[in-house]
Amino acid sequence: MLSKRIIPCLDVKEGRTVKGIHFEQLRDVGDAVELGEHYARSGADELVYLDISATREGRHTFTRLVERIADRIHIPFTVGGGISSLDDAARLLDAGADKISINSAALRNPALIDSIAKRYGSQFVVVAIDARCTDGHWTVCTHGGTRATERELFEWAAEAEQRGAGEILFTSMNHDGTRHGYPCDTLASLTAALHIPVIASGGAGSANDIADAFTLGHADAALAASIFHYGEISIAALKAILHERGIHVRR
Amino acid sequence: MIAIIDYKMGNLRSVENALHRLGADFVVTADASVIRRADRVLLPGVGHCGEAMRHLRAAGLDAVIPSLRQPVLGICVGLQVMCRDSQEGDTQCLGIFDSHVRRFQPAPDLKVPHMGWNQIGNLERKLFTGLQGGEFVYYVHSYYPTLCPDTIATTHYGTLFSAALKYENFYGTQFHPEKSGDVGERILHNFLAL
Repeated sequence: MLSKRIIPCLDVKEGRTVKGIHFEQLRDVGDAVELGEHYARSGADELVYLDISATREGRHTFTRLVERIADRIHIPFTVGGGISSLDDAARLLDAGADKISINSAALRNPALIDSIAKRYGSQFVVVAIDARCTDGHWTVCTHGGTRATERELFEWAAEAEQRGAGEILFTSMNHDGTRHGYPCDTLASLTAALHIPVIASGGAGSANDIADAFTLGHADAALAASIFHYGEISIAALKAILHERGIHVRR
Repeated sequence: MIAIIDYKMGNLRSVENALHRLGADFVVTADASVIRRADRVLLPGVGHCGEAMRHLRAAGLDAVIPSLRQPVLGICVGLQVMCRDSQEGDTQCLGIFDSHVRRFQPAPDLKVPHMGWNQIGNLERKLFTGLQGGEFVYYVHSYYPTLCPDTIATTHYGTLFSAALKYENFYGTQFHPEKSGDVGERILHNFLAL
């Protein structure tokens, strides 16, 4: 049986992880490769590395980092942040990334999804969607939720799938950072509406929140950052709780 | 020396990295004489099976691969091209394994591609030394090899299919050992130790 996936997300700037992390086992908590290896050893099913550098030099550093990650990490990993062309995708594929995640560039130019999927396969393309709910209507937004677009969540997700996205990474801006859990009703509607896997992102404050994303939201995978980075729960402990709740996980 | 066959079917980097982690010497090549001389041969592959067969024929490798006598390991589409045929593009394959490659039928609770970590069972042979069955491996595929006498491991996804195949010196895994954590590393190690 296919397992539900647990995916820690690491933000990287100028080649270094940015969130404050303090694992005793690690010599250098800012080393993105070492942290990724730590998560892989602890049972993470995949990793996501997000480049939040704004500079050209930062992008270059990130590509070198992706090569080091690919060399050392023996589970799949996705990279995202600032990918806006087929060339960007090709550069990261060559560096060893298993998947790329695109967000605002896909909104600006939806045909980018088609061209990357056609060239490298749907399994390589994750479309990340940030959306905010107002009066029951989910509006897709960009720039960390500060800019609303014309697009509606369900309509845009269906279009992304139809254009060749292999997975949808959905973040509710109403929930992101609150640590009060994921929007499980919306997740359930989204997973029912799509034929590709949905990754729930943003809002996890506890193991039970993640369990709910699977049991109530029917998500295929859950992505989280702070609950792992601050060592509040280990991936092994999380998976033990999920297992007890009857959720099929890789242990 | 291990030969990784480069027939322009997807990125070979993850396979190269996995061998690098195992400390193995390898060369990436499409040269028949280099492939024939290698101690072990790896045939990776991501993409369309019909396209993969076209590339093998264009490079003259469709005749070379079945004639090899050293251990050969096909991964994902590299396994599929060693089967009898594939529904993907109605492709005639190399016919080494007595298996047919079929498409998963999507259903509400069965997403296609089959992507993520799934369990292997009914393990046979030395490729799985040290494993008991029930271990998780990483899959990304829309087409699967049917069960046949050459099946040496199975996985269930809507249907029971061949997770791995063996015929004489030829091995194949539908999953990606190079992305399957410690379990995958063990399987690659076992292959190199055959």
